[in-house]
Amino acid sequence: MKFVRDLLDKQKKHFEKGGKLENFYYGFEALETFAFTPNHTTSTKGVQVRDAIDLKRLMITVVIAMIPALLFGMWNVGHQHFLATGEQAEFMDKFLLGAQLVLPIVVVAYVSGLGVEFFIAIVRKHPVNEGFLVTGMLIPLIMPVTIPLWQVALATVFAVVIGKEVFGGTGMNILNIALLARAFLYFAYPTDISGDIWTYLGPAQAEVQTVDGYSGATALAIAAESVINEGSQPVLQMYDQAWYSGMFTFGNMFMGAIPGSIGETSSFWILIGAIILIATGVGSWKIMFSVFAGAYVMGLGFNAIGANEFMNLPAHYHLVIGGLAFGAVYMATDPVSASHTETGKWIYGFLIGILTVVIRVFNPAYPEGIMLAILLMNVFAPLIDYYVVQANKKRRLQRATV
Amino acid sequence: MSDIKKIRKGFNINMAGKASLRLVDNKLPETVAIKPTDFHDILRPKVIVNVGDTVKAGTPILFDKRNDNIKYTAPVSGEIVEVKRGEKRKLLEIIILVDKNIEYESFPKHTVSDLKNVSKEDAMAVLLKSGVWPQIIQRPFGIVADPEATPKSIFISGFDTHPLAPDYDFLLKGQESYFQAGIDILKKFTPGHVHLSISADKEVSKIFTKATGVDLHKFSGPHPSGNVGVQIHHIDPINKGDVVWTINPYGVVQIGKLMLEGIYDASKVVAVAGYEVKEPQYYKTFIGGRIDKLIENNLNNPEDNVRVISGNILTGYKVSPKGYLGFYDHMISVIKEGSEYDFLGWIKPTSKRLSYQRAIGLLSFMNPKQEFKLDTNTRGEERAFVQTGVFEKVTPMDVLPEHLFKAIMAEDYDEMEALGIFEVIEEDLALCEFVDVSKHNLQEIVRDGINLIQYS
Repeated sequence: MKFVRDLLDKQKKHFEKGGKLENFYYGFEALETFAFTPNHTTSTKGVQVRDAIDLKRLMITVVIAMIPALLFGMWNVGHQHFLATGEQAEFMDKFLLGAQLVLPIVVVAYVSGLGVEFFIAIVRKHPVNEGFLVTGMLIPLIMPVTIPLWQVALATVFAVVIGKEVFGGTGMNILNIALLARAFLYFAYPTDISGDIWTYLGPAQAEVQTVDGYSGATALAIAAESVINEGSQPVLQMYDQAWYSGMFTFGNMFMGAIPGSIGETSSFWILIGAIILIATGVGSWKIMFSVFAGAYVMGLGFNAIGANEFMNLPAHYHLVIGGLAFGAVYMATDPVSASHTETGKWIYGFLIGILTVVIRVFNPAYPEGIMLAILLMNVFAPLIDYYVVQANKKRRLQRATV
Repeated sequence: MSDIKKIRKGFNINMAGKASLRLVDNKLPETVAIKPTDFHDILRPKVIVNVGDTVKAGTPILFDKRNDNIKYTAPVSGEIVEVKRGEKRKLLEIIILVDKNIEYESFPKHTVSDLKNVSKEDAMAVLLKSGVWPQIIQRPFGIVADPEATPKSIFISGFDTHPLAPDYDFLLKGQESYFQAGIDILKKFTPGHVHLSISADKEVSKIFTKATGVDLHKFSGPHPSGNVGVQIHHIDPINKGDVVWTINPYGVVQIGKLMLEGIYDASKVVAVAGYEVKEPQYYKTFIGGRIDKLIENNLNNPEDNVRVISGNILTGYKVSPKGYLGFYDHMISVIKEGSEYDFLGWIKPTSKRLSYQRAIGLLSFMNPKQEFKLDTNTRGEERAFVQTGVFEKVTPMDVLPEHLFKAIMAEDYDEMEALGIFEVIEEDLALCEFVDVSKHNLQEIVRDGINLIQYS
């Protein structure tokens, strides 16, 4: 790899102080450090050796953990398309169609987001942080496949600028950037991200022939309907009567062959990602576990009340419908916007689980609860930490008086 | 014998190049240096000797104008050859040419049975005058103890868990009677206890187990269980307003020798360790001894490719191969200088590079018994704080390191105090700096915080 190094060394002088491109130093530096870990050595005082980990490796671990969900999402996009149109298709056909539709969204998210990151790094003269590696993958996975690409770009730019850079960049943000992008689209372009938009039908969405009885509704939308319609059937019965038989069984929803955002449908593949995150120690198992626990407990609580049919939905169904699993594993665990203390993580996750189910059941106009639950708890995480830190201080003070 | 205190949090850095238990005593240094920078709170050093003066071991050469009864003395007899100053005339080193036969200043001599009749004031006066006093460190702040203060108790850690740490039993072999005498003197300074902590994980020699008049504690577990700060936290934590003293066993021996023999003996045994050393072993030298002879013809690579560190690789500092041993250090570590680029080093799988973490490609956790050859590369660039929860796992104290660091960076005095700045010094949080993904200089931050609290 010497020629790459030589090439970089040759170009480097233009970007250094006094060179003709010195303003672009941090752009160059970001590319250089991707090719080569820098030759920096530890300072004369303080630790003389450093752990082999760096932020790039930490972030790429999360990206790798998302790949199972991404690949399954690509297949599922094709699968849902061919189910809706009634055409027969092989595994590869489904996957390739999905890839064709999903990859442009991924590329647009990365290009627009990294564009902003580089621009701001160059203007503000600081190194490009790696946080967007993860955000750029999260954003496509929580979009419907039919989302217009310009909206992806707009939402990404909005989220990076307003969600992160105005607070001072990576590590300083209050809200989860990817969720902010989605929330932005929800409130700015509601018609493009809700309703029957989850399945790609063809280039001219509305005019395509679909199979008889086809409905693109998600499991959450069906459940939400039961709240709106007085005297509705039990939700599970409605699931049984889905246009495609076996679509909304517990098993199929766990495996994820259902309509929904690109990466969120398969609890199974998300759990594989969770195993990667937990085994590598990158994602907090405390948060993941407590989100699921909170949702399950709240589901049981609603079962006990039973005021409407959604409340009667068996609690374990809450864990596989909608984006709960995806949110719990990849979103809630974002270390910057989550609670920073270990005790706080339990509380933070548990409240996310509870709020998700509460929002689902009480807000039928907007059934996806996990997004708002996480954003809400992002705001409350510093408060949780505040009390955990106060407890630590109090222990210290009490010791003094004893 | 007390029960064992188990430390669970922490991390051992298992480095290659441990010193074997062999003592070389014919490589004594030609010069020694006293470096005021080794003492955190010398703000206005005043040199009281001139180049060309001759001094004896124990002759005062330096004091701090703010606290002029603590004398810093010559560790050897000989001629002052240089007073080195840096920018803005900052005093860096006072260098002494070592005599062939060391002459000592004489101080009052006592027999073992006499010791109990020595008054606290007399003992203190001779410690201050002879140059032994700076061995006593005060917490909070980790500075040379203030003779006016009365410590709540005194803590001694009888073992070192740092990477490649020297074996204290070997360093102090044959000094049992001095150690005991030192303890007897120290007991006069505190109305409380003298706590001595030893390792429960390995055989401990009689120098510590036989000591009387101490509260003996046993600690087991990974580094930093040997850090006196961690031990204090688990035995009798420091609260606001408390003052405790800590002292290394070597300092205790020096006190004992001073009282029994009437001399300031600054000879010490140091470990020269690290995988760049051909024969890692122990050497006899003096406090502040010049390093060159110890590593001459003893390195695997040329001098400019290695880093010579006075102290261990977590808390020590870089010195030139012709530099001098730090006042408090008992070892010299020599490791490779890591100034190399690494192609795709941020994703390449590696089992040779140690990591506390297990992110993709970091495989060192699969073979923890392996001896690592870590170099000085930072393995990445400085970033904002992102990861949470890892500092806590390597800090076996009830403090929240991340919040403490942030309080210091924000210069929030109340918050620093409430979060436990009084309980820590750099070495206690050195592992945080090692494991930090974002590569901050956290030990420097801790010292900044201590300075803010101390001098405000």
